[in-house]
Amino acid sequence: MIVIIDYGVGNLFSLSSSFRAIGYDVVISREREVIEKADKLILPGVGAFEDAVKKLRDSGLDETVIQQAKKGTPLMGICLGMQMLFEKSYEYGEHEGLGLLKGDVIGMAGAIPEDLNIPHIGWNALIFKKDNPLFKYISNGDFVYFVHSYYAVARDDSVIATTEYGKEMTAMVAKGNIFGCQFHPEKSGDVGLNILKAFCEME
Amino acid sequence: MITKRIIPCLDVKDGRVVKGVNFANLSDVSSPVALGKFYSDCGADELVFYDITASSDGRKLFTDILTEVARNIFIPLTVGGGINTLDDFDRVLKCGADKVSVNSGAIKNPELVKEAALKYGDQCVVISVDAKRVDGHFRVFAKGGREDTGMEAISWVKRCVQNGAGEVVLNSIDTDGVKKGFDLKMLEAVCDAVNVPVIASGGAGSAQDFVTLFQTLPGVSAGLAASIFHFGQVQISDLKQLLKQNGIPVRLTR
Repeated sequence: MIVIIDYGVGNLFSLSSSFRAIGYDVVISREREVIEKADKLILPGVGAFEDAVKKLRDSGLDETVIQQAKKGTPLMGICLGMQMLFEKSYEYGEHEGLGLLKGDVIGMAGAIPEDLNIPHIGWNALIFKKDNPLFKYISNGDFVYFVHSYYAVARDDSVIATTEYGKEMTAMVAKGNIFGCQFHPEKSGDVGLNILKAFCEME
Repeated sequence: MITKRIIPCLDVKDGRVVKGVNFANLSDVSSPVALGKFYSDCGADELVFYDITASSDGRKLFTDILTEVARNIFIPLTVGGGINTLDDFDRVLKCGADKVSVNSGAIKNPELVKEAALKYGDQCVVISVDAKRVDGHFRVFAKGGREDTGMEAISWVKRCVQNGAGEVVLNSIDTDGVKKGFDLKMLEAVCDAVNVPVIASGGAGSAQDFVTLFQTLPGVSAGLAASIFHFGQVQISDLKQLLKQNGIPVRLTR
């Protein structure tokens, strides 16, 4: 059973619909017992880092997510959910993440040429950095849909794909059973659905 | 490299697409779900649905059909029409919209953009502006382009972006319906004024108009059109090939 962790951030309708479209049942839940029984976990997220991480902590689910990840349950963070996997974010201050991956989340402002719009909104190409089972049904150069103003800089070897927007930015991460997409697979057409499918099919 | 987006726009009344959409291979040409799927399969990068219903019964039909669209189509969905309050944002976001386009609602209450951006994030709020030249100035018009607000368009757009609008749709009333190309002068003025994506609307009459748009104004992020797509005059897949041949980055689907 795939569980989308519901900690009160964002709309989970599209995400759950996309799993149904590829033939997988999903449960949206904030119950610890349900999350502990999940075969796979999805950590979604939109909005501001501080607010999201606070909501996750207030719900008490941060410990559950960390514990399940350490037990080996495949976990995928999406958009802000991916950023929260890292140690720290510098979005409006300095905020601690879950620390499952080594690295920080920093702003694009000042890091990319001034003529580029922020947020980075739209379809951009994936640049594969190393092989991963998530790529089973997609190809290097496939397009996915991004919406973000901050990006993750990994201090470990977790980056498996980047995208080019004034500079190369982290697009996908994987380390053991922990995965993440900076873009929205649920809004990235067939390419996005195929990434979710590969995740669902993992042993 | 980020690609230029091509966005078809669908007007929906009482849950059905209006304006005589004409496709031979579609059995139900007024079904938002069937048309949305068709465009998504053709390579549309995003879909915009405008609810032009006036009645509350029609609103209910719209949100029902929006839910159905969102359940079946996995590209970004923007919804506009009749967005006047935060409750309206809430209503369409719950049904699966990713972005909400606000026009007259923001003119009536400029705080709406700020409140919505704070609550849902900048990326969710699209300011849509109908503008027209009056005495040599670009002026904002309300009520579907019928009423001159007296406001200067560029400063209005800037104000909305400062309040948190994450994207701008600029619809030029001067070029809308003329089918002789986008309003490059007006678009250039808006692109120079803001640092968020600008979507061009109004005036597309051929695929070449999109090439001209993106070649002349590399700062424009997307082109939006309705009738030329609906009447099959321009196929999105052909348009994207043409853009690619002209060196403009686009997303080609396999």
